[in-house]
Amino acid sequence: MSTETVPASTDVEEPLVVLRDIWKSYGELTVLRGVDLDVRKGEVVTIIGPSGSGKTTLLRTINHMETVDRGTVSVGGRLVGYEWRRGRLHSTPDRETSRIRRDIGMVFQQFNLFPHMTVLENLIEAPRSVRRIPRAEAVARAEGLLARVGLLDKIDAYPRQLSGGQQQRVAIARALAMRPKVMLFDEPTSALDPELVGEVLATMKDLAADGTTMVVVTHEIAFAREAADRVVFMAGGVVVESGTPAEVIDDPREPRTREFLSRFLR
Amino acid sequence: MSIDTSRPGARSESPLGAAPTAAGRNDRITPRPHPWGVVTWAIGLILVAQLVYILFTTPNFQWDVVGQWFLAGSVIKGLLTTLLLTVVCMAVGIVVGIVVAVLRLSRNRLLKAIAVAYISFFRAIPVLVQLLFWYNLAALFPTLSVGLPFGGPAFFSVHTNDVITPFTAAILGMGLSEAAFMAEIVRGGILSVPPGQTEASIALGLSRPRTFFRVVLPQAMRFIIPPTGNQVINMVKGTSLVSTIAMSELLYSVEAVYQRTFETIPLLIVACLWYLIVTAVLFAGQTWIEAHFAQRRPSFSFRAFVGFLPIHPRATRPRVPEPPTGGDV
Repeated sequence: MSTETVPASTDVEEPLVVLRDIWKSYGELTVLRGVDLDVRKGEVVTIIGPSGSGKTTLLRTINHMETVDRGTVSVGGRLVGYEWRRGRLHSTPDRETSRIRRDIGMVFQQFNLFPHMTVLENLIEAPRSVRRIPRAEAVARAEGLLARVGLLDKIDAYPRQLSGGQQQRVAIARALAMRPKVMLFDEPTSALDPELVGEVLATMKDLAADGTTMVVVTHEIAFAREAADRVVFMAGGVVVESGTPAEVIDDPREPRTREFLSRFLR
Repeated sequence: MSIDTSRPGARSESPLGAAPTAAGRNDRITPRPHPWGVVTWAIGLILVAQLVYILFTTPNFQWDVVGQWFLAGSVIKGLLTTLLLTVVCMAVGIVVGIVVAVLRLSRNRLLKAIAVAYISFFRAIPVLVQLLFWYNLAALFPTLSVGLPFGGPAFFSVHTNDVITPFTAAILGMGLSEAAFMAEIVRGGILSVPPGQTEASIALGLSRPRTFFRVVLPQAMRFIIPPTGNQVINMVKGTSLVSTIAMSELLYSVEAVYQRTFETIPLLIVACLWYLIVTAVLFAGQTWIEAHFAQRRPSFSFRAFVGFLPIHPRATRPRVPEPPTGGDV
């Protein structure tokens, strides 16, 4: 439903998300070493790689939850978190950054639903207070999204009354309620009991099939193969290999990728 | 792990309270009685009886004098002053405390240092000393003025003794030191909210103030309210210190009476009874607010409070019914 048939804009070839030469370190530890990433409108990109490879940090730079030391992030042609002034990059005020964050949905490993609000309140809080949408309209939109993730009957429940899988599906609906241009998923199934992973992945596949632009950090190789347009393999803070699932997962060129994938059952 | 999942009804075959088994015995478990139960009850009853006996047979309690002064005009006036002081000082303490807590958590080092200095200073000096200090402020600064710094011209000036009454001295002395304690309580509450909550809110595009007031503070309330209840009760009792600067709160009112009549014990009992009643009411309110924030949204209604009181038969019915399946979490 979020896929309004927007006519192709003039710069249709410009990718929606552009990361250029991203460097980031925590003290002595350098976690990102000059990463480039492009995500086109409607594309589903999964980022895989071992723990500590920098994939989650990279994802979090896209909506400026993580600052960078060097490089540029832009979404929809606008720099995120920084602006050029006299040939140098400067941090923008919080207000500017939140304006761009409205257009970037994020789903967390730990769901992070607001436990003191009902499912409905979780879904209408940001549309009402950030986008200033009238309550009735926000509620209608929330109901549509909950129906889509199959949880309309839980609209008045509190998060603690839901299973982990249900909470994560509500979290996805909450992010979608802002009608973002791109959705970021940070290991969305890692905190779930094994039998609950399927329902969340099904919801995500449904989004992917609808043409939602998605960047997904995941350990679910099967999901990456099935739903992704492109798979990016990261290790040691760099992109080792990137391509279609058939290229990267089924026929990896790099030994580092092969070694990582050999740990997963095929 | 040998649950037979192919027979979903398997577990319902042995319900509790089943009929006696074939041998004629009931296999329901009888709880073991608490050891020494009868003995502890007996000792307790004897002690209570002894206490009641003392209360009613000791003539020096002078219960008739207690009854005579319990609702006397000056005592009630003192009680109302105590309550007013408690409310105002707690209000000052909570508002200033939240501000100091936010400063303390600020990323700005100077603001953080100011908060730490405030907390260390006001926590260190006993309230009684602060009360005396504020009350005698005129001895330090005979006039207070607003103007340019370093002795420049003043735009506005007052005599300190016109501003510092026993009431304002009490509010300053008790409110400002209360703020130091409240700041630490509020800070603890804010830190208890998982950082993921702030992240989720910021990621949705909510501003930092909106995130604080809509997401963080309501969740912090669960951790802030129990110790704040203690602070309120301490404050009720702490107001008795104000009697030292001649403010006629509850203790000062009864002192004024017994210094005339020498009925010291019965009048102190009057004060004790009122302190007991006030703290009992506050305790009931605290328990209700805690229950409220523990499970539901932070909005208040008189009807919800009445529903909570034990006089109501359906006191603890949750507003949102739990899902009927129950076990799918």
